[in-house]
Amino acid sequence: MSKTYETVIGLEVHVELATKTKIFCGCSTEFGGAPNTHTCPVCTGMPGSLPVLNKGVVEKAVAVGLATNCTITQNCKFDRKNYFYPDNPQNYQISQLYYPICRDGKVEIEVDGKKKFVRIHEIHMEEDAGKLVHDPFTDSSLVDFNRSGVPLIEIVSEPDMRSAEEVIAYLEKLRLIIQYLGASDCKLNEGSMRADVNLSVREVGSSEFGTRTETKNLNSFKAIARAIENERERQIDLIESGEKVVQETRRWDDTKEYSYPMRSKEDAQDYRYFPDPDLVPIVISDAWMEEIRRSQPELRDEKRIRYKEEYDIPDYDIDIITNSKKMADIFEEAIALGAAPKKVSNWLMVETMRLMKEHSVDADDLSFSAKNLAALIALVESKAINGTVAKEVFEKIFTDDIEPEQYVEEHGLKTVNDAGALTKTIEEIVAANPKSVEDYKSGKEKAIGFLVGQTMKAMQGKADPGEVNRILKEILSK
Amino acid sequence: MVITDETIEYVGILAKLELSDEAKEQAKKDMSDMLDYVSKLNELDTDNVPAMSHAFPVNNVFREDVVTSGDTREQLLSNAPEQKDGCYKVPKTFD
Repeated sequence: MSKTYETVIGLEVHVELATKTKIFCGCSTEFGGAPNTHTCPVCTGMPGSLPVLNKGVVEKAVAVGLATNCTITQNCKFDRKNYFYPDNPQNYQISQLYYPICRDGKVEIEVDGKKKFVRIHEIHMEEDAGKLVHDPFTDSSLVDFNRSGVPLIEIVSEPDMRSAEEVIAYLEKLRLIIQYLGASDCKLNEGSMRADVNLSVREVGSSEFGTRTETKNLNSFKAIARAIENERERQIDLIESGEKVVQETRRWDDTKEYSYPMRSKEDAQDYRYFPDPDLVPIVISDAWMEEIRRSQPELRDEKRIRYKEEYDIPDYDIDIITNSKKMADIFEEAIALGAAPKKVSNWLMVETMRLMKEHSVDADDLSFSAKNLAALIALVESKAINGTVAKEVFEKIFTDDIEPEQYVEEHGLKTVNDAGALTKTIEEIVAANPKSVEDYKSGKEKAIGFLVGQTMKAMQGKADPGEVNRILKEILSK
Repeated sequence: MVITDETIEYVGILAKLELSDEAKEQAKKDMSDMLDYVSKLNELDTDNVPAMSHAFPVNNVFREDVVTSGDTREQLLSNAPEQKDGCYKVPKTFD
């Protein structure tokens, strides 16, 4: 009989903090600048340059720590991690080993209705490295230091996860907490959130951990799920065939769906950490910590509860809307502008979701304003436009954030409220379709739909269908 | 303190230095002298001295999160032995 195995997973998650400047110098962290245009003597490791800590990094790291139930290390400091690599101009990375800023946290996750806690071992602050690009023309590498010195926090979990589903639930949880805090945009595909997976397998019932490997280069939730499944199988195969799992770092290739050991830097793993003498200790007073706690915005779990109490919308809708801070912001802003919660929720759940799919846009990247959505809802409410026209206008709001009043005006989409003109059109339609009229009168109520359709067509869609219905019935009952 | 050949060899690898036999002997002696010098500290009774992580009694030296650096790429790149397309050119390196 074959044995059954359990997968044991711990995560190291790097998150780029959304500060305006780098962690130790006044260079911009803006993405996408020409190579090396956001660099200075500090982040290129020039001799004699000195780092000065960005206060915003400490505040954001503490905010994440508090929101993940960590204990804040009120006396903390930075250490140097020494290694040679061309993307690391100082030949050391400034990080935290001995006194990480946060410790012993936990977050609750839910998979298939089952809730559990994933413990956080620690969160530390550190600097990002530069970027290496291979240049095939000169067979050399080119270094861009724009990312060098961008602030990161590394969130290290305990080995508390047992499946890819739990890993993804944990990452989603972190993403939402950090996004709501405004500490990072947490985009896996753009590298502002990166996860390394530490995985081992053991026989079910065993209390000892197996040998673990670390898998890197996971750029999407799907890649993470595939890499976990693949690594689990690989380790079980090794064990079943009597071989040993080697503790190593592996790189995942998502297009080929396999991982391979990263070239071990022969001398690596001896980082000779020591306290960075260029940086003085950080003391986080109770008062400062309280200030950060007080300024914490409403997080997702709180929002879900409040939405349920304040707005009469289904749980499912609440989950979808609050699953992205961007969408929740649009929702709340539109309501603040006077739109009915149910209407806003409908536009987000139906048309917005449809267009997101059509245009392959993530909720976090929605670019239309709540103001224009609220204005559109007001136009429909006042019957200035009908539902069909509204959908058409919304497509324009979704793609170009146009102002609906102006757009409707310019394109002559307003519902014709001239009862005389409408009645005249309906009378013409009735006269031209004696068969349908007869059907209707003989009890085929459905026939009226055809007449409404014909009228809407004749009005070029610019009529209120309810009004058309009413007038039609009035004429037909004569 | 005696520094062994293995230690010098290992430190050389970590520092990415290739040392001649002669240089190794000199390094062994220098390092041994340095460690002896620092080991003087072990003679002190530090039982009642709190651990410190920095020599100065200063903490919380911060910058506000405001952009203060401009684009000094050309100046910085002029220090590089080789450059290409606004980047520092280095020997081929794999991830």
